[in-house]
Amino acid sequence: MAAGGFSTSQERGGWVLRGGGRWDVEHSAALDAALRALEPAGMRSLSFRLGEIERLDTAGAWLLHRTLRQLAAAGIACDLAELRPEHQAMLEQVAIGDRPAPAVPEPLPPLLAVIARLGRGALDVRREAEQLLGFFGAVSAGLLRTIVQPRRLRFTSFVFHLERVGLNALPIVGLISFLIGVVLAYQGAVQLQRFGAQVFVVNLIGVSVLREIGILLTAIVVAGRSGSAFAAQIGSMMVHQEVDAMRTLGLDPMDMLVLPRILALVIALPLLCFYADLMGLLGGGMMAWLVLDISPGLFIERLNQSVTVWSFLVGMIKAPVFGFVIGLIGCLEGLRVGGSAESVGRQTTRAVVAAIFLVIVLDAVFSIFFSLVGV
Amino acid sequence: MNADAVIIRVRGLKTRFGRQVVHDDLDLDVRRGEVIGIVGGSGTGKSVLLRTIVGLNRPAAGRIEVFGQDLAVLPEAERRRLERRWGVLFQDGALFSSLTVAQNIQVALREHLHLPQPLQDEIASLKIVLVGLPADAGGKFPSELSGGMRKRAGLARALALDPELLFLDEPTAGLDPIGAAAFDQLIRRLQRSLNLTVFMVTHDLDSLHAICDRIAVLAERRVIVVGTMRDMLAHPHPWIREYFHGPRARAALGAPAGLAAVDDRS
Repeated sequence: MAAGGFSTSQERGGWVLRGGGRWDVEHSAALDAALRALEPAGMRSLSFRLGEIERLDTAGAWLLHRTLRQLAAAGIACDLAELRPEHQAMLEQVAIGDRPAPAVPEPLPPLLAVIARLGRGALDVRREAEQLLGFFGAVSAGLLRTIVQPRRLRFTSFVFHLERVGLNALPIVGLISFLIGVVLAYQGAVQLQRFGAQVFVVNLIGVSVLREIGILLTAIVVAGRSGSAFAAQIGSMMVHQEVDAMRTLGLDPMDMLVLPRILALVIALPLLCFYADLMGLLGGGMMAWLVLDISPGLFIERLNQSVTVWSFLVGMIKAPVFGFVIGLIGCLEGLRVGGSAESVGRQTTRAVVAAIFLVIVLDAVFSIFFSLVGV
Repeated sequence: MNADAVIIRVRGLKTRFGRQVVHDDLDLDVRRGEVIGIVGGSGTGKSVLLRTIVGLNRPAAGRIEVFGQDLAVLPEAERRRLERRWGVLFQDGALFSSLTVAQNIQVALREHLHLPQPLQDEIASLKIVLVGLPADAGGKFPSELSGGMRKRAGLARALALDPELLFLDEPTAGLDPIGAAAFDQLIRRLQRSLNLTVFMVTHDLDSLHAICDRIAVLAERRVIVVGTMRDMLAHPHPWIREYFHGPRARAALGAPAGLAAVDDRS
């Protein structure tokens, strides 16, 4: 079948447009351009001879309808001839659908748009901070309730999440800590060797791994692994109205979903942190032995002199707090999912970014605090 | 084109998931220009049949021809061309949630035909009005629409490329009776004016009665009967008797009056 097209010519009775071929959506781009270019100047009437059209679908009929309307508006008398009955029906069908499209609001000028965006962003930040604070309060109240009535805790769910966020995270947390320990020892050794002070690499590894790196790396890995998982799980439950269903059954999503997850993280993160500390020291110690000939015995001795129990405790004290924050944000972002699948993805991303951001901010706050109390 | 030409021909179809056999030796013909309703109990594989015909499931055995072409052996490019000639309405609309209704309709126009944007906008707003949505629905996101509106928007998207063949998966499920009746009328009107062939999976006796030319009954892993509403009412198979003579069926068909109405149509 031929592509859709038309030709215009001047005949005795006035101008004539002869259409033929397939006036369908496949050929609509070319037809659209040709019909838009139709120059009505000098025409007083235009007679459409459309008997040669083989196929007319809604797109073709729409183009025909639009052209007729435009010509009529320009004061040109149009008549349709030889139109097949089924094509006539299609044209009538399309005419029903011709309604003025609703006006699209004018876009703001670029500078104003940037300012508007900035303002919206600032308001969003405020609203989110408020929500986070409110949720923090609700979770704290829930935790207190659980302490008063321990039976409210969903023990099965808690253990299940403990396994997921704790036990299952061991390989990745261990591997990363070990490798960072290795890198730290190697880079430290290269620098300290210049001063003949390579033995201090033990101090470097001991203090940095125990105080900062062990817990920070663990928190970041867990935020990426478990914070995102919480947001996605709860978010997809929101999309499928499972959370609403829970509420109608008289179950509190706080007890069912939020507290077991957060508690699991609060318990799991110190354990993971301890494991990460061990693996970091192991990696550092191994590298010190291989590169600097610091024997394991010497390493342990130096370690004993350089770190106090507080170096270790500083890391461990931070762990449950970070776990709480990661869980809090993961669950909150999950509960903020609304309606669509896209929203699940967006909130999951936010959960990870916000959790890592807050973990690092809190870490800075902790440093200031510990230096003030002199640990 | 022959009016009675077969547009979908299924022969010896076998589908299964793991060990569970859904269809076994299933035959079905759909003729050009008809509205065929697929009925069957829950779990008899009505939606699976639809999905298999449009190529979302791979059959374990058998042959499916759509527009006279065997989809299984068709090269990829040919297949894509063929797929443009049908539209599918999924149960809950299956609109892309990150796009507005108008953008949902324009996806195929843009990806396959590269139409200029003004024309895309015109076609989208035309389709939106054709399926009975308010004109301002085009700028809304699917999550802002009610279930019935999502169905209509899904139908508008299925009609974007002016297909010859339309697959509907439970188009009236979840709609109120007035909305369902309006949807039936809409499908019938579009089917007549656009000269569509409609393959409809449904549970809705009112739709079956109002718009289906023929009904195919799925049971025992095959199509056990294909025929008009009158054939169904006269059929002795126990499941069919229960389906078409049950209390809900009597209410929907108005018992003897329903029979008379069927007589008028045939």
